[in-house]
Amino acid sequence: MTDTLTVKSTRRHRKLHPAAVRTMHWINAVAMIMLIGSGWKIYNDEVLFGWLHFPDWMTFGHWAQHGLQIHFFAMWLLAINGLCYLIYGFFTGRFRRKLLPISPREIIADVRDALSFKLAHDDITHYNAVQKTLYVGIMLIIAVQVLSGLAIWKPVQFQELLSLFYGFQGGRLAHFIGMTAIVGFLVIPVALALLVPKTIGAMVTGGPDVPDAPDAHPVAAQ
Amino acid sequence: MAIKSPSRSIVRPQNGSDQSPLDEGRKLVAEINRRNLLRGTVSLGALTMLTGCSVSDTDTVQSVLRAVSSLNDSVQALLFNPNKLAPTYSVDQVVKPPRFNAYYEIEDVKPVDGKAWKLELAGLIDNKTPWTAEQIYKLPEQEIIVRHICVEGWDYIGQWSGVSLAEFLKRIGADTRAKYIAFKCADGYTETLDMATALHPQTILATKYAREPITDPFGFPLRLRTSTKLGFKNAKWITAMEVTNSFVPTYWSKQGFNWFAGL
Repeated sequence: MTDTLTVKSTRRHRKLHPAAVRTMHWINAVAMIMLIGSGWKIYNDEVLFGWLHFPDWMTFGHWAQHGLQIHFFAMWLLAINGLCYLIYGFFTGRFRRKLLPISPREIIADVRDALSFKLAHDDITHYNAVQKTLYVGIMLIIAVQVLSGLAIWKPVQFQELLSLFYGFQGGRLAHFIGMTAIVGFLVIPVALALLVPKTIGAMVTGGPDVPDAPDAHPVAAQ
Repeated sequence: MAIKSPSRSIVRPQNGSDQSPLDEGRKLVAEINRRNLLRGTVSLGALTMLTGCSVSDTDTVQSVLRAVSSLNDSVQALLFNPNKLAPTYSVDQVVKPPRFNAYYEIEDVKPVDGKAWKLELAGLIDNKTPWTAEQIYKLPEQEIIVRHICVEGWDYIGQWSGVSLAEFLKRIGADTRAKYIAFKCADGYTETLDMATALHPQTILATKYAREPITDPFGFPLRLRTSTKLGFKNAKWITAMEVTNSFVPTYWSKQGFNWFAGL
């Protein structure tokens, strides 16, 4: 359970969000926003749904080629940063510590608490079951999004991968649905984070110190 | 204020740990002012909107984006497997007529006079004698039924036939160790292919669509058709071909589209 990247001290304390996590978080945020805004530009050139065009002011890039340039620039940011994040999360035990275990019973209880406005926010070092589900879910969605992106980028070289998405237009649709899920994830929890702003503060400053050992949750916050 | 009790977990110690650092942290996060946060968010939002209209085509940003696009050219060349064939389809899936694509509308196509037309050859080629349409139409034909994928995102299945480009390069004594094949077109369009793609078994100089001579809007009398590139790489109304080692920027790459554009 010890964090190998943490300097061992007698205090055995470290920040809730170590500097590495904060750096990767904000690089990811920038890459995601670039990918989404430029993706909308690319989408507009050949829409999947006749009723849906993204207004120019919310797309990135002047013309389609600029949208493509930004998209294929930001893909490297996302890929390299994402890979570092996964390696970090697995090797330091952060994923296991923060995201596991997830029990369906806990999710139901937290959803019930949230709907009755009784969900605990006092201790931001502990992710509730809904948060855990969303964080694991978004990572899986991003992974699928990378796969559908690779498949429609290289529909001949990666044709086996593309066939999982039912061909080129299927791949485009999967990439669009993945985008929608990511935007949904951005909108809802970002709104919630704005309601509990200390969570964003913690992603900038690192947040409160936490014990090096897995934290014990107080029986009831006072 | 009683909050829900924590879930039982095997990774959570039973006795709890020192909570004082948490209290110190609380003071710090309490100082983060909602108003400032909102202001910051709005500024960030405004910046991203700026990107939408002008940032991407300023010189500095363009040079960075274009450098990454060249890097992507090299990555795509590495990903390109010269023996990997694109999926092929059956005759009944073929769309007739093909879908038009060019840098102008179909009404503005200027038909090429097949009788006066010649294919000029230049560069690292042994026999640079120009070819007439009649001569080219007599060459052995290869047929491919492949998917055309446009950079915009649309696609259709087309049935193309004509001489294999690899075969044609052999006939004219081209140096296939050269890096590029550059095409010039009757409408001023320019395009270059990397040699590996030019030699791919599904790259042809097409003269027919659905077993009939290609019509004017689709590149009569001679066009390129390769299964491993985006639609715009398939030069139409070809008038000249050069085998060369020096990179020649193309119509779309000059405007910022990715040059390799491989599928």
